[in-house]
Amino acid sequence: MAATVRIPTPLRKLTNEQETVEIESATIGTAVDELEGKFPGIKERLVDEAGEIRRFVNVYVNEEDIRFLENQDTPLKDGDDVSIIPAIAGG
Amino acid sequence: MSKKSGFMKALKCRECGREYPLEATHVCEFDFGPLEVAYDYDKIKKSLTKDALAKRPQTMWRFRELLPVAEEPTVGTGVGYTPLVKADRLAKWLGVREAWVKNDAVNYPTLSFKDRVVSVALSRARELGFDTVACASTGNLANSVAANAASAGLDSFVFIPADLEEGKILNSLIYGARVVGIRGHYDEVNRLCAEIAGKYGWAFVNVNMRPYYAEGSKSMAFEIAEQLNWKLPQHTVAPMASGSLLTKIHKGYQELIKLGLAKDTKPVVHGAQATGCSPISAAYKDGKDFFKPVKPDTIAKSLAIGTPADGFYALKVMKETGGASDDVSDDEIRDAMKALAECEGIFTETAGGVTVGTAKKLVASGKIPAEDSVVLCVTGNGLKTLDAVQGHVGKPDEIKPSLREFEELIEPDLKVKTK
Repeated sequence: MAATVRIPTPLRKLTNEQETVEIESATIGTAVDELEGKFPGIKERLVDEAGEIRRFVNVYVNEEDIRFLENQDTPLKDGDDVSIIPAIAGG
Repeated sequence: MSKKSGFMKALKCRECGREYPLEATHVCEFDFGPLEVAYDYDKIKKSLTKDALAKRPQTMWRFRELLPVAEEPTVGTGVGYTPLVKADRLAKWLGVREAWVKNDAVNYPTLSFKDRVVSVALSRARELGFDTVACASTGNLANSVAANAASAGLDSFVFIPADLEEGKILNSLIYGARVVGIRGHYDEVNRLCAEIAGKYGWAFVNVNMRPYYAEGSKSMAFEIAEQLNWKLPQHTVAPMASGSLLTKIHKGYQELIKLGLAKDTKPVVHGAQATGCSPISAAYKDGKDFFKPVKPDTIAKSLAIGTPADGFYALKVMKETGGASDDVSDDEIRDAMKALAECEGIFTETAGGVTVGTAKKLVASGKIPAEDSVVLCVTGNGLKTLDAVQGHVGKPDEIKPSLREFEELIEPDLKVKTK
């Protein structure tokens, strides 16, 4: 099984400018570790010292904020789309 | 592209302090923290003096040194300097000694405070060489981007939730903007726009232009201070969607203190939300310094942001200044809109109802002491959200063109009055 992670512009230097990355992990939490294995340095961009997703990083699975799902325990299945998006100002 | 930087020094991450060049970029590559413009305050101090101000036109650009453009602004040069109205009748309704209304419902050209941020963002976008501008919007920003882009000869794309008020949609279409309605709420529009912004080379005012855009809100604080003869207000109540306006009003006051233009009288800043979308107010009430995202359900659509990007900083500002936050229901929003209209002759949109209604609650709970003075930031115009009050403000009486019918209509009222 594979889910697709869309890499935001600020992190593409770490992914050799790859816009999307396929991952095999079963949850968001393990996906972060899988990404770190592929692209060393990316984990500390996404999570803080306590292992929590950083304050200004929003993670979505199939367009839904993981804070409305199960946070880092949110399961991933074949064909899921994961987006990592910085917070945006109002409008 | 201009190499000049004016009074700006760099973009700086609010979280870790890393510096970036003054380009169209908005997040720290390291921790995703928002980037903010850093200024050369020593240089500003020499240029922005009360003597210099006395000679400048009454627009927000009189505070040009504190706004992030490298050269003279080219878009929205007539924006701002809206009236600060002494609201004695509203003060009575609120139960407070003194109230002022900063009336951005009549801001030029699109009747909301968004003209402030847009004139900065588009002026800067031009300096950086863009010819297409875009935004994710709950309505007012879309109107302002569409209008200001039109007058500047820029192409514009605006992205809005598809279920917005009719008035706000028409108010973008009329200027020839490309309007894209997204079937989803604002947070979903926002998420999509973050992805679009990464793909197309446009100046997205609240995405890659955000560090410049957001600074425009400070002009509201500068004007309030100058209109109060350089005395900072005891209390300011601002509506919160992303929380950006509140944090920038605070920053504006602090900059005036830093430059010696106003005395540090410890201005308190309070935040207002609609109960149907109150992640920041809920966090404040729970004593937390972070918020939990919500799915918005409120008539105050212009404030319906469930994942407020500056929520964390807004909570921090309220904590630091001794401010408080509260929220009001749809009915309380309408009541407050009516109160402002009936007391001061100012017709605000739902967001203004949120501010006024919340202010009343903050006075009732003692967070704003009854003997104090308060400035209310009214950010948008009621003509844009007519749907919200439709059916709630009564109907006109209808009669034949006959004096007898008029007398029959009016006599009962007159009897009551003469008693």
